[in-house]
Amino acid sequence: MAFEDSLSAAQKVSLQQSRRQRLRTRLATFPWWLVLILLLIVGTLLLITNSPTYNEAFVTIRSGMIVTLYITLISYAISLLIGLFTGLGRVSSSILSQNIATFYVELMRGIPMLVLIFFIALVMVPGVVNFLALLGAKLIELGLTTIGNPLAGLSNRSISMSVRAVIALSLTYGAYSAEIFRAGIQSVAKGQMEAARSQGMSHGQAMRNVVLPQAIRNVLPAIGNDFISMLKDSSLVSILAVRDITQIARLYAGHSFRYPEAYTTLSVMYLTMTLLLSMLVKLLERRLRNNG
Amino acid sequence: MANLTDEKLVEVKSINKWFGDLQALDDVSLDVQSGKVMVIIGPSGSGKSTLLRCINYLETPTNGQVWFNGERLTSDQRELNRHRAEIGMVFQSFNLYAHLTILENITLALKVVKKIKQKDAESIAIEQLKKVGIADKADKLPSQISGGQQQRAAIARALAMRPKLMLFDEPTSALDPEMIKEVLDVMMMLAKEGITMIIVTHEMGFARAAADEVIFMDNGRIVEKNTPDGLFNQPTSDRTKLFLSQILHK
Repeated sequence: MAFEDSLSAAQKVSLQQSRRQRLRTRLATFPWWLVLILLLIVGTLLLITNSPTYNEAFVTIRSGMIVTLYITLISYAISLLIGLFTGLGRVSSSILSQNIATFYVELMRGIPMLVLIFFIALVMVPGVVNFLALLGAKLIELGLTTIGNPLAGLSNRSISMSVRAVIALSLTYGAYSAEIFRAGIQSVAKGQMEAARSQGMSHGQAMRNVVLPQAIRNVLPAIGNDFISMLKDSSLVSILAVRDITQIARLYAGHSFRYPEAYTTLSVMYLTMTLLLSMLVKLLERRLRNNG
Repeated sequence: MANLTDEKLVEVKSINKWFGDLQALDDVSLDVQSGKVMVIIGPSGSGKSTLLRCINYLETPTNGQVWFNGERLTSDQRELNRHRAEIGMVFQSFNLYAHLTILENITLALKVVKKIKQKDAESIAIEQLKKVGIADKADKLPSQISGGQQQRAAIARALAMRPKLMLFDEPTSALDPEMIKEVLDVMMMLAKEGITMIIVTHEMGFARAAADEVIFMDNGRIVEKNTPDGLFNQPTSDRTKLFLSQILHK
């Protein structure tokens, strides 16, 4: 106070103004949206703990969590592998690999995911299975029973819908992550590859030891965001009757007619997971930047 | 067998290089004997860097031949990798591996290409870093040290492979003026040790002091070739005279 008393009136005004200014920028940069989202989550949590119908909805839907998580995780892991190799194909000097990779990426990106899931699960997988069974039968005729028998034994029933869902999600997301990896590889300065080649490394050695480690580091945030998208898009597999949280919520709502309970709880469950994950990705991003 | 120092380590036999419609190299031939230092000068766009990059086949000549150590270079990747392991290259923009420490920058190719064990590779790396005077930076990332130190690290990385030939592509052009000397000092030390070098540079003082032979290039051709004394003091071609007057009397 003693300090402020010693100031002239004009100085006091300007001090007040600068304080007001600071407060204003603080208010402007404060994440109000996050408060709103947290309010939504807390509000739903209160409903779940206090209302018996909400509680029932939550307990029921929760049982699909394991399916949602395992479909997301497995599909994500496979899609990263597909994406890495397809991304390498996209930047390859071989015209054949380039075209195969681009064909695959454009095919997947040009068809809605929902349609692709239907197509892969109900047309592609049965088609491949029938072909393999036929091949098995031919092999048995040729006397190659060791390979022929297991193939001929394949039937469409032996491939469950959740496996088909994983195949469908992996293939679609593989194309998306291929583009991320391609961009990552192209973001590494050309001189890095040249330096490695000038030391006598083969193209593959240079890629593995010099270019890819840097490329992957550059795209880690994007890859993390892909995981969040995958978690959300895994809800699409409910159309194959795979019992993930979305499917269970649909079933619950269908026979209990408690639509608000089912879909509010379901939405907030996704929201909570994606919010936590995106915070994790931001943290990762900041750490990478600081170490860069 | 002839005396080793008289042997031609590098022979470039009338190579041409076209980039689309642009002819970067026009019938260029040269040879470098073991232990000699050749400096290539000339205006930018004259083909100096392209010539250097053709010597380790980072650029493939459109036609003509490059011979190294008595063998003709071809596009055979396996052979090329074997030759490149014996040709060190230092780039204008350093090109240190950005994700690796200085020490790892040096040990990587030792391990991957020469199959040297981690421990031995590290001691080679430390030895080379001491030689260029930055052993204390071994654990730093390239982005954490100065440009001059990065370039010295790049030289150490090339030397660690025990190359028969060192190529320098404008090694001081990307450096702040106060860091040029520390890099030139290292190169001068190598010249005195008798390491065979081909150097593209704009540092005329260095060329005069270090070179056994200086080549002046313009428009993709070798215009003049002489000892540093001859080329700098009695240039024969008008083009060389003009270039030298522009670069020396600025």
